Amino acid sequence: MSPFDVSHFLAGGLVLLSFMLLYQDRLPPLINLYALQSLALSLEVAQQAQTQGAPRLLVTAGIALVFKAVVIPLVLHRLIRHLRIHRTVETVVGIGPTMLGGMALVGLSMALMMRATSTIDIVAREDMAFALSVVLLGLLMMVTRRNAVSQVVGFMSIENGLILSATGAKGMPFVVETSVAFSILVAFIVIGIFLFRIRERFDTVDVAVLDRFRGERP
Amino acid sequence: MTGLFNPAAGVLVIPAVTALVLAVMPGYRAAAWINVVGAFLTFASALALLVWQPAHLGRLLRVDDLNIVFLILNALVGFTTSVFSRGYIAHELEIGRLKLAHLRFYHAMYQVLMGAMNLALLTSVTGLMWVAIEIATLTTILMVGIYRTHEALEAAWKYFILGSVGIALALFGTILVYSVAQPVVGNGLPAMTWTTMTENAARFDPTILNIAFVFILLGYGTKAGLVPLHSWLPDAHAEGPTPISAVLSGLLLNVAIYAILRFKMVMAANPATIAPGPLMIALGLASVVFAALMLYRRRDIKRFFAYSSIEHMGIIAFAFGVGGPLANFAGLLHMAMHSLTKSGIFFTIGHITRIKGTQKVADLSGLTSSHPTLGWILVASVVAIAGLPPFGVFTSEFLVVSSAFGRHPLLVVILVIGLLLSLGALFLRLNSVAFGEPRGAMGPDRMSALPLLFHLGLVLSVGLFIPGPVVSWFRHVAALLG
Repeated sequence: MSPFDVSHFLAGGLVLLSFMLLYQDRLPPLINLYALQSLALSLEVAQQAQTQGAPRLLVTAGIALVFKAVVIPLVLHRLIRHLRIHRTVETVVGIGPTMLGGMALVGLSMALMMRATSTIDIVAREDMAFALSVVLLGLLMMVTRRNAVSQVVGFMSIENGLILSATGAKGMPFVVETSVAFSILVAFIVIGIFLFRIRERFDTVDVAVLDRFRGERP
Repeated sequence: MTGLFNPAAGVLVIPAVTALVLAVMPGYRAAAWINVVGAFLTFASALALLVWQPAHLGRLLRVDDLNIVFLILNALVGFTTSVFSRGYIAHELEIGRLKLAHLRFYHAMYQVLMGAMNLALLTSVTGLMWVAIEIATLTTILMVGIYRTHEALEAAWKYFILGSVGIALALFGTILVYSVAQPVVGNGLPAMTWTTMTENAARFDPTILNIAFVFILLGYGTKAGLVPLHSWLPDAHAEGPTPISAVLSGLLLNVAIYAILRFKMVMAANPATIAPGPLMIALGLASVVFAALMLYRRRDIKRFFAYSSIEHMGIIAFAFGVGGPLANFAGLLHMAMHSLTKSGIFFTIGHITRIKGTQKVADLSGLTSSHPTLGWILVASVVAIAGLPPFGVFTSEFLVVSSAFGRHPLLVVILVIGLLLSLGALFLRLNSVAFGEPRGAMGPDRMSALPLLFHLGLVLSVGLFIPGPVVSWFRHVAALLG
């Protein structure tokens, strides 16, 4: 396989895993799928580091591998066991329409990015199209889920899409810094869920229940 | 960088150093003073930039006519808020809502926030601006949750999730802009720098630039609280400490609008792109009308004025969406006026809630008879924010309406309906809070009314007379915006 094929395969794999995240209704496999997506991302970034001749990108690949494919999933697994939600089956509303919506979003991003008239080279545009698909699918997932942990997984898959696009843009400065900044953000989010529970502010991490307390107390 | 002191570095280094000092300061009295002094020095260096701009700032920073306006405004409101915060925080400590350890954190975070906002305004690189706005967002999230009550944590969490999504969208837009600039400008920093991007924008791929702008507008629009991405804003304002509400409404929303404006300038330099105007007009009008309707049902006074901020951000987005020298001028003026008036209102509310011990509108009544100074300041501020003469907000709103009327008469009708609706809501609430039978606690107001009067005075003086140099300055910037 040529380098182009490999990168094609990996970036396409990210989109496919996003689809699987969209319909997975149990939390442990959801987290495993996220770990797999992060692994695919780290391979893709490493591949880009080689083809672009940018060894700095290996740092980003390393962060994706260690932090996102191993540490975060382990912490999340521990967290859901601690919160006793590892057996619950989340009701994902309307898998059929959601999948159709997801397909429409992927079609939209392809149609937008792959215009024949563009001045940007085809490989970069294809990466951008895949990245945009991952971002949009992650947004769709955040909108359709009610459980805080699956929303966070949705957010982290958006972040995977962002890192994919940042490495696809050739020679972009601050890619490594950005991936570090985002890892810190993700860590904050995970710690946030954890703290809320430890302090027993909420009896549940179901966002629908949090909404009951929103504002406007009579 | 010759000379002993570089004011551009000053507005970044002073907050950073102050934050470090405050992070290790034990006593809160001294810390509050250091906070004030740090904010004042920052303000002084921002003013120094007016008269003396160092020629060489490195590749990452740039002072031009657009950002210096916001920089000075930012430093000014940052300084007056730190003065207000000193009195406010002492009281919060007295009644035990805050602990000493929290205060140290609060003061350090306040300076980090100011420094991050200054960096976002001062930098010439899109990526660095994004990082600065992310830091500013994270610090405000931490401060919104500082009371550790159930509601505060929930507000912080909501702000966190929506803010993160906004930040992710904005980053994707930023990366897309780089990817269209890179084939034209070349690899690396120049393809992320405002000046080189604007110069070469005509040769950028218009389709992808359009998509990028949609992401930027939605992403930074979330931070600016534009409808439909506004829902974090009222909670964050209502549950956090009042000085933070003032800074959020007065400054952070402005920084988000500034980011959108910078990208709009790049868009304007490429004739083949779609006009960004209609998008901004649509979001702006939606915000104005929605917020005006929501104002009627608010029972919490801080939440009430948070919705008013959404309305004003809508007016600003509308003005810049209309575009042209006059509407841009009106938009810039409105940003300045709103930020001064709204932070002043939050100071006043801080005084009121301190006396009454509640934020519920139903429990606040008859302030003009029980606390005449405070009551009448509130009346004047609400008259100002409602956009009535003789205050500066009237001038800017009048300019927005008159500049847009010639080109989009129908849209202006919608805008005016929104303005009148919110005027009604403001006076309805003002009537019950300021007049009638005094109710609730009657303790004396022991905080200095100086910051309140200062903000009100500035807004009033702009309403009566804008000095010639200021007008020509704003005009020049408005022309730059295209």
